[in-house]
Amino acid sequence: MMNYQDMYFNIDHGYLEGLVRGFKSGILKKGDYLNLVQCETLEDLKLHLQSTDYGNFLANEPSPLSVSTIDDKLKEKLVIEFNHLRNHCLEPLATFLDYITYSYMIDNIILLITGTLRQRPISELIPKCHPLGSFEQMEAIHIASTPAELYNAVLVDTPLAPYFMDCISEQDLDELNIEIIRNTLYKAYLEDFHQFCQSLGGATMESMCEALAFEADRRAFIITINSFGTELTKEDRAKLYPRCGKLYPDGLGLLGRADDYDQVRGVADSYAEYKELFDGAGNNVGDKTLEDKFFEHEVKQMKNSFMMQFQFGVFYAYVKLKEQENRNIVWIAECVAQRHRAKIDSYIEIF
Amino acid sequence: MMDYEPRGPTKSMGVSSYPVYYSVYLLATTAITIIVGYYILTGQGGRFDIGWLLSSISPYMWACLGIGLAISLSVVGAAWGILTTGASILGGGVKAPRIKTKNLISIIFCEAVAIYGIIMAIVITNNIGSFNQYTDSEDAVLKSYQAGYKMFAAGLTVGVCNISCGICVGIVGSGAALADAQNSTLFVKILIIEIFGSAIGLFGVIVSILQIAGSKIGTD
Repeated sequence: MMNYQDMYFNIDHGYLEGLVRGFKSGILKKGDYLNLVQCETLEDLKLHLQSTDYGNFLANEPSPLSVSTIDDKLKEKLVIEFNHLRNHCLEPLATFLDYITYSYMIDNIILLITGTLRQRPISELIPKCHPLGSFEQMEAIHIASTPAELYNAVLVDTPLAPYFMDCISEQDLDELNIEIIRNTLYKAYLEDFHQFCQSLGGATMESMCEALAFEADRRAFIITINSFGTELTKEDRAKLYPRCGKLYPDGLGLLGRADDYDQVRGVADSYAEYKELFDGAGNNVGDKTLEDKFFEHEVKQMKNSFMMQFQFGVFYAYVKLKEQENRNIVWIAECVAQRHRAKIDSYIEIF
Repeated sequence: MMDYEPRGPTKSMGVSSYPVYYSVYLLATTAITIIVGYYILTGQGGRFDIGWLLSSISPYMWACLGIGLAISLSVVGAAWGILTTGASILGGGVKAPRIKTKNLISIIFCEAVAIYGIIMAIVITNNIGSFNQYTDSEDAVLKSYQAGYKMFAAGLTVGVCNISCGICVGIVGSGAALADAQNSTLFVKILIIEIFGSAIGLFGVIVSILQIAGSKIGTD
């Protein structure tokens, strides 16, 4: 069947694609980062950001500025743009954008459950949730004490209900189980998203399945590396690996049996892209960490997604690149605020 | 864990319409096979008289169909192209307002396609006269039938060429608008691609004119 998307895409989604590409051109470039790195105070930072696409977003904040305020306002800008897109879109783009918000919803749910376990009042936790992942039942999470009760009372009405099917066999909520719940939810979400993109077909499938496969493999590596030295058994760990990546099935099997970092590196050596990432990483002073290499690879993939027209991958890529930009600006702001400029250059360059 | 059979996505956009298409296609094929088979196997195959069909359709029908196809397919092509390009110009113009005026050239290229269609429609219309099948000379009648077929072909040629030209220029124009929004030096280069795309429509018009050159229905 010929790929007909080029002819029909613009009927429903042409305006929004043009708009999101306009947003993408507002992402900070190398020159902007060079300016930001030379700032001495956060007020300088605010001044430099005024000449970029951000404009006067910090204008109404009382001085002295703090890094957390900057972080919140950066997030708010992304949320405003995303909500504008979400309000103007048609199917199937609406479902696609909803899928993008589910990862934030998972983070919010875990944040609320953890906060409830530590007896924090719900009013203190709600402002910490990411606005993109808000759902109506957020306020009601604190009434539950076991996952089954949580599911039946609150979560069954959220869009995440199908992802909980693997979780409600857990007995109690405690610290270790929370992380297992988070990773199980995320695994179900990634596989579902992957399936959805495959059902869309065409150029969307090409760019999104590539990106989601990398995300799945990255999570598998990070889960493995972080689980060395904890009480997580190998079988439990193997159940947390998302299966929609390149590592499935052989790589995941090998990872499930790995005992230390070198064995993980050995698994990565069989895959060309991952070999490069592990080669460049290290824990010495001058090296980049593995997480940084993963972020760089993700940024490269997201930039490539903009090379294809008439597909939804640009929306996902825009959200991810904006997230990375927010992380960069917050990193620079922290370095500036603490006057610790040694590692100020280790932000990830985007354009 | 290794036996991963992916379930379908939990969110889907309605029911697939393929079962309906498939069952209609199956039904139609079965019906046609049965009818045709019945006629052939009972020795009545001669009833499918294509020659009688063609000779009893008036050349006016062919000519007017040609005119209709010329204008309608051209307009569909132009419309498709304009909607594709227009949506992208609107989207790209939000953050880069400078592209608005230059990119109207792409819209003009798409519009040219509709103009080709209307030119051909008028040219074909002017060649339709009146003839009497029973009292004119056999030569004139044959010429009129020939003219009818030629006009149908001319209309079909220009229509299909223009629909594809319109879609082509539209898709390229959409890319041009978005590229121009990012980097204004790209617009002129992509315009060259559009010019080549626009030439397709012109080929259609030229062939169409050649097809109806000199043919008239009727003798005045």
